[in-house]
Amino acid sequence: MSTRPLTLYEKIWADHVVGRQGDGTCLIYIDRHLVHEVTSPQAFSGLRSAGRSVRRPDLTLAVPDHNLPTTARVDAAGRRLPITDTASADQLAALERNTAEFGIDYIDATAAEQGIVHVVGPEQGFTLPGTTLVCGDSHTSAHGALGALAFGIGTSEVEHVLATQTLLLRQSKTMEIRVDGTLGFGVSAKDVVLAIIGKIGAAGGTGHVIEFTGEVIRALSIEGRLTISNMSIEGGARAGLIAPDETTYAYLKGRPMAPSGDAWDRALAYWRSLPTDAAATYDAVVKLDATDIAPSLTWGTSPEDVVPITGIVPDPDSFADASKRVAARKSLDYMGLEPGTRMQDVAVDNIFIGSCTNSRIEDLRAAAEVVKGRHVADGVRQALIVPGSGLVKRQAESEGLDRIFTEAGFEWREPGCSMCLAMNPDKVPPGQRCASTSNRNFVGRQGPGARTHLMSPAMAAAAAVTGRLTDVRELLGGRVS
Amino acid sequence: MQPVVTVSGRAYPWGAKNVDTDIIIPAHWLKTTTREGLAKGAFETVRAEPGNLFDDPTYRRAPILIAGENFGCGSSREHAAWALADMGVAAVIAPSFSDIFSGNAFKNGIVPVVLPQEAVDRLVEVARDHPITVDLDTMTVTTPLQDRFSFELDPFRRDCLMQGLDEIGLTLAKDTAISKFEDGTSRARPWISRESGNARIAVESAGRT
Ligand code: SF4
Repeated sequence: MSTRPLTLYEKIWADHVVGRQGDGTCLIYIDRHLVHEVTSPQAFSGLRSAGRSVRRPDLTLAVPDHNLPTTARVDAAGRRLPITDTASADQLAALERNTAEFGIDYIDATAAEQGIVHVVGPEQGFTLPGTTLVCGDSHTSAHGALGALAFGIGTSEVEHVLATQTLLLRQSKTMEIRVDGTLGFGVSAKDVVLAIIGKIGAAGGTGHVIEFTGEVIRALSIEGRLTISNMSIEGGARAGLIAPDETTYAYLKGRPMAPSGDAWDRALAYWRSLPTDAAATYDAVVKLDATDIAPSLTWGTSPEDVVPITGIVPDPDSFADASKRVAARKSLDYMGLEPGTRMQDVAVDNIFIGSCTNSRIEDLRAAAEVVKGRHVADGVRQALIVPGSGLVKRQAESEGLDRIFTEAGFEWREPGCSMCLAMNPDKVPPGQRCASTSNRNFVGRQGPGARTHLMSPAMAAAAAVTGRLTDVRELLGGRVS
Repeated sequence: MQPVVTVSGRAYPWGAKNVDTDIIIPAHWLKTTTREGLAKGAFETVRAEPGNLFDDPTYRRAPILIAGENFGCGSSREHAAWALADMGVAAVIAPSFSDIFSGNAFKNGIVPVVLPQEAVDRLVEVARDHPITVDLDTMTVTTPLQDRFSFELDPFRRDCLMQGLDEIGLTLAKDTAISKFEDGTSRARPWISRESGNARIAVESAGRT
């Protein structure tokens, strides 16, 4: 046994190596596999045509989210309503059929537990510290918030995991991103991760697995940590980890799929051995000071295009790098923005509060705090609130948050990916601007020609009530202690 | 997967650079449940132009595509490889490929052949009137005009293609090692196994947000 000090990532990796090939590629065991409707149908048909079965249905969980409309799913009598987009309906029906045929747990569209796959996993206790977890979706990195090594895979790999419960992988380098200090008034986890991506760049984490550390990360709830690790992929890293601690254990205890009784005690002892050893080192270290982080948002079409809300639209000529100057010019053209414009003077047409980045109960509470007693501004075409799961929705309703939103003029929807990627009917119309709590501001991501500004739920709520990009701190004065 | 030893026939003499996965298969084709049928959407924007290569009867169902550098860049959608396979393309010749695309190509029995730009230029010229042969046994691309270009492939992937082995089949052959690992896990980390079968999880036990 080597006594070399190890990082959290190295410990999880070492515990999952089934075999090592001559070229350094390892066969890695996968403990948890989440499946959704868009990237799985071809994997199941591959299994079927090769006469193969699912090796570990018990380690697999399926839930529809990407394509599902967020309008009512059952009628007044509780009968399931049809989905009008036939291609979406077929994909959803295929997931239902495939999970039944291969014996996989399936949370159907009308169940209270249905939601975005990355919200459901932690919520059900399916996601556990020290596990390897995959899903055919790049934002699988979210689950790293609980100390799981979690990353997105392609459809052939989905099939590989279904058939063998393993993947062929090469070990990544490690990067520590340390955020110390205390967050200022009105600053949230989303602002922290936007600041991180603004600093390291959209390709900054390429080839690395990030571990987020420091006082700010330790002080965050699991909801906030999920927001941060979710966007690891936007910084180029395939996975982002946060070491499990008392916050993690308190969050997991008693969840339906988490261990209980003796198993819980044994698991806990193992989990406590996972955090990075004091003497371990990372291949790269990046440090941020919380006092430098303001409520932030994006101005361009890459998640690295971050400014504080008090800032201005940058001048493309101000970038040192020539390719960045070209990209910035293209971005501003697409975004319909002039250099030098104050971010706070930019009017918005759409508000989207949702996605696997920011659709949990804390996110909705933060947005409601801003919205309470106010109304969506006249110029806003549509303001959507899409809870991350049916359970989040139910919790929010029991706290009366839905009424705060609907009375203010928001639409209160059923859970799903929705306007995050515009695969269902929720789209931003061409040329319109959206204040969005999602994770990608790519060209056309929220619909062809849509202009996306990424921000926190509180900031999106502030934009909703003023009709322009707004410093949420101005609206929070006297409201939050 | 069908073994691939030689790919021989007409080749689309295209040569375009930076062909991204959105060009190969636009996003609205992703709402599909099969790997088949994507040929309909392949190169949709290119095919909207009159007189395009892909609708030229000379190259109908050509098994080879010749392209410029950085073929298959952009998103990770495996639909790009599926669309090509559905068109009948079994080899793509280009000076370079995106990593993700070449991985996806192998997994779908498409040979990504990397040749220097000069060789690609020559092949584009020859392919207008003549067939081309890609041979994995000799690792060469040849033409009836006596051209002969050698290329390289990762040996593991070459074996997979030539024997029609898929990675899943190869991993399944390691079943003993995987089972042994699972035995170890069930002793060391017994909480990893779950009781499956609760196809519809009871709402009342749903837990908290
Ligand atoms: S909410 Fe958006 S980012 Fe998250 S899984 Fe759905 S589509 Fe992907």
